[in-house]
Amino acid sequence: MTARLAACALMLTASPAFGLSAQVDRDKPPALPPPPTLRLPAVQTTMLPNGLTLAVVEMHKVPVVDVQLLVDAGAARDPSNAPGLATFTATMLQQGAGARSALDVADEAAFLGAQLGTTASFDGANASIHVPKRRLEAALDLLADVVLRPAFADSEIARQRELRAAQLVQQRDEPVAVANVAFPAIVYGREHPYGHPLNGTDSAVARLTRQGVAEFYRTYYRPNGARLLIVGDVTLAEARRLVAARFGGWERGDVPAFPSPPAPPPAPARSVYLIDKPGAAQSVVRIGHAGPARTTPDWFALEVLNTILGGAFTSRLNQNLRETHGYTYGAFSQFAPRRLSGAFVALASVVTAKTDSSLIEFLKELRRIRDETVAPPELAKAKAYLTLGLPGDFETTGGAAARFRELFSFGLPLDYYDRYVDRITAVTAADVQRVARQYIDPDHFDIVVVGDKSQIEAGITALNEGPILYRDLWGQEIR
Amino acid sequence: MARIATATAVLLGLLCARPAGHLSAQSLRVPYQTFTLPNGLQVIVHEDHSVPVVAVNTWYHVGSSDEKPGRTGFAHLFEHIMFMGSQHVPTGEFDRLLEAAGGDNNGSTTEDRTNYYEDGPANALPLMLYLDADRMGFLLPQMTADKVDLQRGVVQNERRQSYENRPYGLAEENILQRLYPANHPYHWPVIGSMADLQAATLEDVRHFFQTYYTPNNATLAIAGDITARDARQLVQRYFGDIPRGPAATRTPPPPVQVAGVVRAVLEDRVQLPRVYDAWHTVKAFSPDDATLDVLANVLAGGRSSRLYRRLVYDLQIATDVVAFQDGSRIDGKFEVYATARPGHDLGELQRVIDEELQKLTDQGPTPREVERAQNTFEAQFLSRMERVGGFGGKADQLNFYNYFVGTPDYFQKDLERYARVTPAAVQRAARTYLSPGHRVVLSVVPQGKPELAVKEGATP
Repeated sequence: MTARLAACALMLTASPAFGLSAQVDRDKPPALPPPPTLRLPAVQTTMLPNGLTLAVVEMHKVPVVDVQLLVDAGAARDPSNAPGLATFTATMLQQGAGARSALDVADEAAFLGAQLGTTASFDGANASIHVPKRRLEAALDLLADVVLRPAFADSEIARQRELRAAQLVQQRDEPVAVANVAFPAIVYGREHPYGHPLNGTDSAVARLTRQGVAEFYRTYYRPNGARLLIVGDVTLAEARRLVAARFGGWERGDVPAFPSPPAPPPAPARSVYLIDKPGAAQSVVRIGHAGPARTTPDWFALEVLNTILGGAFTSRLNQNLRETHGYTYGAFSQFAPRRLSGAFVALASVVTAKTDSSLIEFLKELRRIRDETVAPPELAKAKAYLTLGLPGDFETTGGAAARFRELFSFGLPLDYYDRYVDRITAVTAADVQRVARQYIDPDHFDIVVVGDKSQIEAGITALNEGPILYRDLWGQEIR
Repeated sequence: MARIATATAVLLGLLCARPAGHLSAQSLRVPYQTFTLPNGLQVIVHEDHSVPVVAVNTWYHVGSSDEKPGRTGFAHLFEHIMFMGSQHVPTGEFDRLLEAAGGDNNGSTTEDRTNYYEDGPANALPLMLYLDADRMGFLLPQMTADKVDLQRGVVQNERRQSYENRPYGLAEENILQRLYPANHPYHWPVIGSMADLQAATLEDVRHFFQTYYTPNNATLAIAGDITARDARQLVQRYFGDIPRGPAATRTPPPPVQVAGVVRAVLEDRVQLPRVYDAWHTVKAFSPDDATLDVLANVLAGGRSSRLYRRLVYDLQIATDVVAFQDGSRIDGKFEVYATARPGHDLGELQRVIDEELQKLTDQGPTPREVERAQNTFEAQFLSRMERVGGFGGKADQLNFYNYFVGTPDYFQKDLERYARVTPAAVQRAARTYLSPGHRVVLSVVPQGKPELAVKEGATP
């Protein structure tokens, strides 16, 4: 055994070398050895004759495979009279495909131990399957049926339409879901591709038909422009063989260009939009406005900015609202990564009685990040958190798939993460202040509050931070 | 001095022979070394060099079931207080130092235990151990009533956010109250009551810490791109001089049973009513525990399950249905719940649930249904092997198995429990545990609409 252990230690020279004195000094935290060298799994790509891009990331530790098919069929494509069509179409892919009934599809996925998902965001649709390696072939058979041969039977359309109508009723009971629908509706307005509810409205759901779904599918579910990302215990050659046999016959089509946003309306002055939830124990708060696209060259500075402001536990918003005042279980912020304008949002659920106090602290922090230069230790902490935490994101097949999916979704270069550390490290305090002033604009905040109006209205009015406007559960004007 | 368990040295050899660690589904293996410091702290170390990260995971063997009357929610409140600084680590520095090193952390509390983890780049291991040791050994000198007050406010907001302001969020505590008598430690929810959280004092913190937060009542798992030798030396350095505490004792709970059908109605700010059925079953790792997991999967695991098919797909009277076995340290429960669609009442849902339970009791599941469930569980086991950190990662699982069955690398044995389940066993479990005549039936209905509840006589 001793010899084996010694051999073992020799093999592991890549591990960090810790200074191992027996003395314990508790008065200051230990000095750490240098962080490990960044080793990221490589992505290999190839293209099928029909234009389908295949990307493979080999990870052989655990015999599982994560497959993500990205299709340019997101909800930004929803016709103006059919909000919710993209997500409904994605749902319908699983309701019968090829020779399989809706229940067969579900049964086969479960039998393979596979997690099958078909979803749509505003920017795209995603058909995914996560499965043990030894069932990969059957899983790809299932995925190909679902994506290439959906049945869209009238009976299944009707069934899912009814289910979705009931789910919309449920959504209105959930204050966080209400806020997540109302905030973009208010920020973007009805004319913007991101301004309608992802899952539609009651009336739009009632109008969903087989014809509408089939037409949306025929138009947007095409291999050219689609990306099939396979991460896990496979090789490129193996993946190519499996994929060509199943997706090689998928027919090209002319996919319309991604919609461009309408000319932005004049930004309204800061306003508070109040959505009444009688009896609510907390107020759900969303503060923000439209922001930059994911592809902006300022994204690295924005990541550092957001980490300082509200992207991590020790960020300013959480330290203030949770750890100093105890108003909330957590306060955060985000620049949403989007193809078009992604929203900036600061958010929390705060105790009803401290709704006004919470808004004061939110606005204080959102103004301070613009007005004051960030101190060096705070900047260094944020940059270290982003760069040193990067390897952990690539530990699992699902984690690595999410990171690479981001590159494909936004057309970012495939060596993006190789340069990531340098780009983040180069961000200065002046950069942070510049992007804070450019992309966070307190004078034009939309402040959305879902809470008990009778308890919070007077306090919010007294803040004198803008007019109070009343909205319904969809973020629309109350008539 | 500390000792190394001999059986594990063999497994370490295996790791050396295959550093890339390619595992097959037939043999889930997490090689480890374990040793115990003179102060009683047990340490489990697992090397995984695939990614340059490390996970430190500490289990304190205390949970909400150890709480005293009038102090429900205290074990979880204490978990929050553990992040408020210690003698050598000022308030806020625990998180700041760790983030500055590229790490993350969290903690969680259940009825049975409290766990804490730090994940990050492998070079941060000394910092993680330094921080964890300081709060294990030196929490009280800097503890103040203000710190307790602050986290009391945070936890009360956690209760508001996750329970009070969430539809159906108060169902679980209403079930526990009826499933367990007032003197049983599972009678109350982990989050506790607002009043009890309000009552917690600085003195409670001192007493709880001295009773339960001792090295001899904790287990430390370290997994990742480190060597067992380094991990051992670092643990000795930072934890070696923390004094042993008193042995923690637990009183066996009273036996429990539900006498007949216990019906209850809860009015909530919801539009759609939901019915919950809850039964006593068996604790974790009892012979029938995995069988009940398979039973839950046959009933409501995904869209091909029996209840989903009947309630949501065929009859279209429900929006969703969920079933699960929840085996804990001293007892277990089984729950089924389903939400009605507009225009339907809970009596309709309950009748279908009872029909399906009766069918399973009479005829058992098909072999394919059992195999499907087994495949699903096997895939979940595999995916859990991908990650060393976080909740449910390998470090956390090593602690979980060590606490519940006394063997850290119980992954394969656990999987085999599921592989052994037969249709006949599932049928017998349904008959034995899911009796229609001994359960809690909770109806959650819209305010002012008690008529939508399951009615007396609707269930056998």
